[in-house]
Amino acid sequence: MKNLALIFWSAFLVNNIILIRLIGLCPCFGITNTIETSAYMGITTTIVMIISTWLTWIIFHGILFPLNLVYLRTASFILLIIIIVQLLEMLLKRLYRKLYNTLGIYLTLFTANCAILAVTFLITESNFDILQATIFAIGTGAGFAMVIIIFATLRERLEFAPVSPTLKGYPIAFLATSLIALAFLGFYGLFGIM
Amino acid sequence: MSKWLISAKRIIIENPVIVMMIGLCPALAVTNTVRSSLGIGIATSFVLILANTILSLTKKIMPDKIRIHISIIIIATVVTIVDYFMQAFYPDLRQTLGIFVPLIVVNCIILSRVEAFTIRNSVVDVVLDGLAAGIGFTLMLAVIGAIREILGHGTFLGNPIFGGDFKRFPITFMILPPGAFLAVGILMGLFNKYIKKPK
Repeated sequence: MKNLALIFWSAFLVNNIILIRLIGLCPCFGITNTIETSAYMGITTTIVMIISTWLTWIIFHGILFPLNLVYLRTASFILLIIIIVQLLEMLLKRLYRKLYNTLGIYLTLFTANCAILAVTFLITESNFDILQATIFAIGTGAGFAMVIIIFATLRERLEFAPVSPTLKGYPIAFLATSLIALAFLGFYGLFGIM
Repeated sequence: MSKWLISAKRIIIENPVIVMMIGLCPALAVTNTVRSSLGIGIATSFVLILANTILSLTKKIMPDKIRIHISIIIIATVVTIVDYFMQAFYPDLRQTLGIFVPLIVVNCIILSRVEAFTIRNSVVDVVLDGLAAGIGFTLMLAVIGAIREILGHGTFLGNPIFGGDFKRFPITFMILPPGAFLAVGILMGLFNKYIKKPK
């Protein structure tokens, strides 16, 4: 039980996927403008992460590893993630039309979201069992959601801040992110997690 | 001749990392040292050129509905080749780069080139375009890597360039994640000030 809690905190704060591992930055800087969109985006990403973790775990430990086909990992995982995203897109289109319209084209961009693929790779490389893998996916997704919501609020403030024209836009966003990442480094060593 | 000029322009003015804001993850995550920056840059360029060439040659026989799926499988195949090549010949570099080598498959640069350019142009143009985007990417990663390595380790490609106190107390901040954001942010600011195309 203690082990699972450590995995969660490690994925959520200490090794935060965006600020410390530096994965999944494109959606962060590219599209998070309002808090609402970011929150939906974070929740959807977490759900896709959990589903793809389960399926890739089953495929890796059920098919690829026993049959000595580990070299097919990259190709099979990415194909699986594309299929999951497209299924989710169809499902949302039918059942939750309003949410689908809010997220719009961002949904298709999930395919190129490195965070989801990275989680499945990290899980296979750490040899987690399925419960640990689920906790890891939930923690990572929660960390991702938290950081993109922080980013949305940050960008709303930066719109009105008096910034010199040289740094306006992306450069100042990067400098501000640097400070947030510095704050997250403070979690290093929390509960003895390295 | 004009083709070469356009390609040269793309390396700087349309640089993938600091202008188009794509391919950011490797640009920030593995640019601790010049060596790993060059490693990921060259690997990505190789995948970009080879995968785009294959896709350009097969675009006529590809069914439209599952084009993206097939593109991604071809990219994944090339990435796997690069991954195993690195594990065999540069195991220490592969160890440093970690999961960022298989993650080349979702690098936005490759997918965006496939979608925007490869399906409409001839093979020669595609190779040239891949080369330009690849060089621009590798160059920018090398610059970021150089800044971070010189300030954070006090070395360049592993050779010490500062002596004395700096060697004992380098600015470790620069090789940690916040240093990556700082270096890229300042580079973007400098680019805006001096090179940005007039609107």
